[in-house]
Amino acid sequence: MDSEEKWDLVVKPQVSVFDLNLKEVWRYRDLLILFVKRDIVAVYKQTILGPIWFVLQPLLQTIVFNFVFSSSFSRSINGCPYFLFTFCGIACWNYFAECLTNTSNTFIANSSIFGKVYFPRLISPLAIVTSSVIKFLIQFVFFIVMLIYFIVIGRVGMEISWSVFLVPLLVILMAMLGLSIGITISSLTTKYRDLRFLIAFGVQLFMFVSPVLRPVTPEAVNAKKHFIEMLNPMASILEAFKFIFLGNGTGTLSWPWLLYSTGFAFLTFFLAVIIFNKVEKSFMDTV
Amino acid sequence: MSTVIKVEDLGKLYRLGKVGTGTISHDLNSWWARVRGKEDPTLKLGSSNDRTKKADSQYVWALKNINFEVSQGDVLGIIGKNGAGKSTLLKILSRTTSPTTGSFKAKGRIASLLEVGTGFHPELSGRENIFLNGAILGMTKSEIRSKFDEIVAFSGVERYIDTPVKRYSSGMYVRLAFAVAAHLEPEILIVDEVLAVGDAEFQEKCLGKMKDVSGQGRTVLFVSHNMPAVKSLCKTGLYLKFGEVLHQGPIENVLTEYLAENRTVAETGEIPDDFHRSAGTGEALFTKVYATSISNQKVKDLAFGEKFRIHTEIELHKDFIDATLCLTIVSSTGDPVMFIRDSLFGIQNSRKFDKGTVSIEIDMNVKLMPGNYSITAGFIQTKTGFAIDWVENVYSFRVVRIGYMGGDDYPYYTVHGYTEPESNWKYKQLNS
Repeated sequence: MDSEEKWDLVVKPQVSVFDLNLKEVWRYRDLLILFVKRDIVAVYKQTILGPIWFVLQPLLQTIVFNFVFSSSFSRSINGCPYFLFTFCGIACWNYFAECLTNTSNTFIANSSIFGKVYFPRLISPLAIVTSSVIKFLIQFVFFIVMLIYFIVIGRVGMEISWSVFLVPLLVILMAMLGLSIGITISSLTTKYRDLRFLIAFGVQLFMFVSPVLRPVTPEAVNAKKHFIEMLNPMASILEAFKFIFLGNGTGTLSWPWLLYSTGFAFLTFFLAVIIFNKVEKSFMDTV
Repeated sequence: MSTVIKVEDLGKLYRLGKVGTGTISHDLNSWWARVRGKEDPTLKLGSSNDRTKKADSQYVWALKNINFEVSQGDVLGIIGKNGAGKSTLLKILSRTTSPTTGSFKAKGRIASLLEVGTGFHPELSGRENIFLNGAILGMTKSEIRSKFDEIVAFSGVERYIDTPVKRYSSGMYVRLAFAVAAHLEPEILIVDEVLAVGDAEFQEKCLGKMKDVSGQGRTVLFVSHNMPAVKSLCKTGLYLKFGEVLHQGPIENVLTEYLAENRTVAETGEIPDDFHRSAGTGEALFTKVYATSISNQKVKDLAFGEKFRIHTEIELHKDFIDATLCLTIVSSTGDPVMFIRDSLFGIQNSRKFDKGTVSIEIDMNVKLMPGNYSITAGFIQTKTGFAIDWVENVYSFRVVRIGYMGGDDYPYYTVHGYTEPESNWKYKQLNS
């Protein structure tokens, strides 16, 4: 008779790995929105420039990188202003890096809340990704303004075509990659924190092997090197982004590699959510 | 009444010590066992959770074989000493951690209040934090919006609602936080000693609110050390000891059991070294507290109406010029019945206590109604009221219904009151 009773909630020590409970995540969507609002609003409280910092930060980075690398790379990007090229790369990379580093801290940073109240833990990393996308959009708008300026003064040609519709997909892929790696690291660091020491400089190193400040080595120049560089799932995304806005020569739009990155992103996302889901049940005991 | 929570065979295993290089081999071991579908070898190792004994295993069962059911509209008080597993049980029920064995099932939405103000962001205003905290506790935005005015009014911080909460006084902060929590409307509410915060007036308000909640047919699980609060709020009780259920049933029975179980001190009245002291600096320690008849006969049972004597011995590790002994006699349900202090010394003039051991005998001329009582003793600094040593329910005794005539003829007991004082009665026939 007991089994006939209807329970809204059954908690057991072992649950199926595929029991992701996404319905519950949806029920807590209001919390997601409030977390995003908190992250955006709280950052620039008590600052003078406020949200301008979202733009100023990549701008300063661009200026420094421009100063250091423009002489070595500006010839290989088909006449495109290196400043614009770098800003585009950095804005995208920062979005990915922020998703990764901020979500990689989910369990440890939120342990005081997670220890007291239950809500689907996935809300926290999802909120980070969403608030980062808002920052990215602000930077993106700034990038478009600069692009228009460069087009008006004739330094860049109008190259934008139908492929601009790919942009949302590229943003989603970057978010998924950042989130997947981030929450996997956060799941793996609740007990043994060794991996945390790798993240900060790991992301930095990863930037230099990705086509952020330079284009990918063209296939015609060195096919083997091109192949290895493109194995990085971020490579084809960054390349496509630059191709769409800055035109041929600054990047390439390679369908097979984009497909590869998409597959990679979905696979890691799926695995990461499963790992995360398994860890969230009892991480409070070890964090 | 239908069952809304059903806990079956629940257990929680914790590993003692710290996490480091050595623990990974244990992890691999239990992981390998699980992969092969065998029983986790670490589960067999756990010992019961008695803190006073030295652990013979690296693992400990914080909870073991917990079985109980809660029906709708019930208010269940979970009591037990520190470390009995109360908080672990609440953590599992509020889903912040998962059980090692067993399961629990629930009907309806569960909200837990293990802390007030969870997720408050110091930079955000009171208004923003109400929404954020409400959402963390499981309310939707529209629910919060519809109750917003009520929450603000309840908290009493209208004027500061658009100020960042980091500028709030700690009292205002807690009031706002509790106000949000109090307006949750889950089917099942789990509360952990949040009532220990705020001033007396606010605590009243909180207790009132909790009574309302249970009055509306919701189920409440309440953990507290505040026995009178438990007694007045709860209908049933669950008494945990060393991670196992020792007693459950109507709250009066459970409380009596709890206090009887925790008298701990032997007949001699000698206080063991590991006795749990509720407060104190350690500069002075009670070594003995017990009661005898007026002829110094050690008795656990006192006859009703008989004068009795309370003996205390205090070991002082230094001189005290400003200290006082005070005693409280506590009923079996945890209510303080009476307070005793040396009336010769007040706030202005204190007795001087010299280093060494001092014995104090207090003759009591009070008619306690038949029933079970215990003594709580405090050695405090007179002016500040700070405890130098404080032992709760250290000695228990019984007043039995042996009446004036030496027979079992006194018909009243503690349901009628706690004392029968001397009184003068005047009868006058007004008309006939």
